[in-house]
Amino acid sequence: MSPYLTSLIAIVKREALRFVHQRERFIAALVRPLVWLLVFAAGFRAALGLSIIPPYQTYITYETYIVPGLCGMILLFNGMQSSLSLVYDREMGSMRLLLTSPLPRWWLLLCRLIGATVISVLQVYAFLLIAYLFGIDLPPMGYVAVLPALIICGVMLGALGLALSSIIKQLENFAGVMNFVIFPMFFLSSALYPLWKMAESSPLLHDICAVNPFTHGVELIRFALYLDLNLPALGWTVLAAVGFLMLAMWGYDPARGLIRRKG
Amino acid sequence: MSSGLRVKNLSFRYGARVALDDVNLSIDPGAFAALLGPNGAGKSTLFGLLTRLFTTENGTISIAGHDLSRDPRAALGAMGVVFQQPTLDLDLSVEQNLRYFAALHGISGRDAGVRIGAALDRLGMAERAREKVRALNGGHRRRTEIARALLHRPKILLLDEATVGLDAAARQSITAHVHDLCANDGMTVLWATHLTDEVYDTDRLFILHRGKILQDGITRDIAGDRDLKSVFLSQTGAEA
Repeated sequence: MSPYLTSLIAIVKREALRFVHQRERFIAALVRPLVWLLVFAAGFRAALGLSIIPPYQTYITYETYIVPGLCGMILLFNGMQSSLSLVYDREMGSMRLLLTSPLPRWWLLLCRLIGATVISVLQVYAFLLIAYLFGIDLPPMGYVAVLPALIICGVMLGALGLALSSIIKQLENFAGVMNFVIFPMFFLSSALYPLWKMAESSPLLHDICAVNPFTHGVELIRFALYLDLNLPALGWTVLAAVGFLMLAMWGYDPARGLIRRKG
Repeated sequence: MSSGLRVKNLSFRYGARVALDDVNLSIDPGAFAALLGPNGAGKSTLFGLLTRLFTTENGTISIAGHDLSRDPRAALGAMGVVFQQPTLDLDLSVEQNLRYFAALHGISGRDAGVRIGAALDRLGMAERAREKVRALNGGHRRRTEIARALLHRPKILLLDEATVGLDAAARQSITAHVHDLCANDGMTVLWATHLTDEVYDTDRLFILHRGKILQDGITRDIAGDRDLKSVFLSQTGAEA
């Protein structure tokens, strides 16, 4: 077997094994979107009127509207967590181990990204299953069609996490990333409200939401769930993924030395 | 001579602070070299450069004949590393940890199994292969890391403060094990430490202080009639 494939399988397997051993992380990752779905959305359905916008062909409940956004939320939290755990859990040792492999560094980072994405996607499916049990109806084929969208969006957000983990030198806790990355990305997107709704209240907010890559990731997932392809969303998500990935590779470049530690 | 470990005119700075100042090391194949220095001497910076965590344009590093900047993959492939920070997954078994590392070097399947068996045997850890790392004491965790560093049959073994946090017995045992690797298997070893009792009389010794190599020679010759500890303290402690 080629060393590339061997290392890819090992890195993905390790991420999976670690995940199985961290049941709290799995439960936390599931509870978060479920609270939004079952509590937040239930309260908001009365207050928010939604018109029929693509990809929907009929009136939908607010719960149905936010499902793709909550899928995105799982990918967003996981993407940040898995990469930032490198810094946060003082896991630098195992990252160093990874980086002393004779395989090219970009490949090793890519493997780790793929491993983290696989775990994220599995969690999204667990969430979709529970949402289904609570009566969120999606086209059956949508569950299949959404897979590539989840992978692309997961890679994009994981790459952002990886880039941040190389650039942020000292991370005291997760709160900083929550405040400055996760919350703005999530709230300034189409996850909770459609963009036209944003435009009604503030054109500036609408514009910010429209350039947020997370919006495009969520829209890609939303359209895929309804067996539709949103080409601009796909283009922006892929572009953002490539950009974040390049930033991550730059951050982990030994000559750039952003992972330099004090001697 | 091209093999062994060669470091030439290596300098490195963090902003304005000089961490390494024109460091030269030359270790012949099969030699045990101790890099002795107080905390903050630049040992970790040197290891960061040797393992290509980061690079510098000032100076060259050659590992078993491979230039680290020109041919990093061959150089890294010839090198086994034991880091100061623990790098084992606590929830995985000893064997799972070793399999993961083997795969990072492109070794899988039966070949990996054979090498893992041999490496654990070498370190007296064979019967613990299936135990979770969390259940091991500090000494056995270190042995696991050393066994892991040997899996890809490196020519050079680098250990950065490998005995940190261990009790006296485990410390002595690990030190003896690595000296054995050198004497019996012809491994070239660079052993960084701040503890003089880990250095044997016949070892090659480098004393690193404030980024400079103060001494380079055989321990016995450097210490002379005095014990190494007092020599080390007089050279590094007095001015600190």
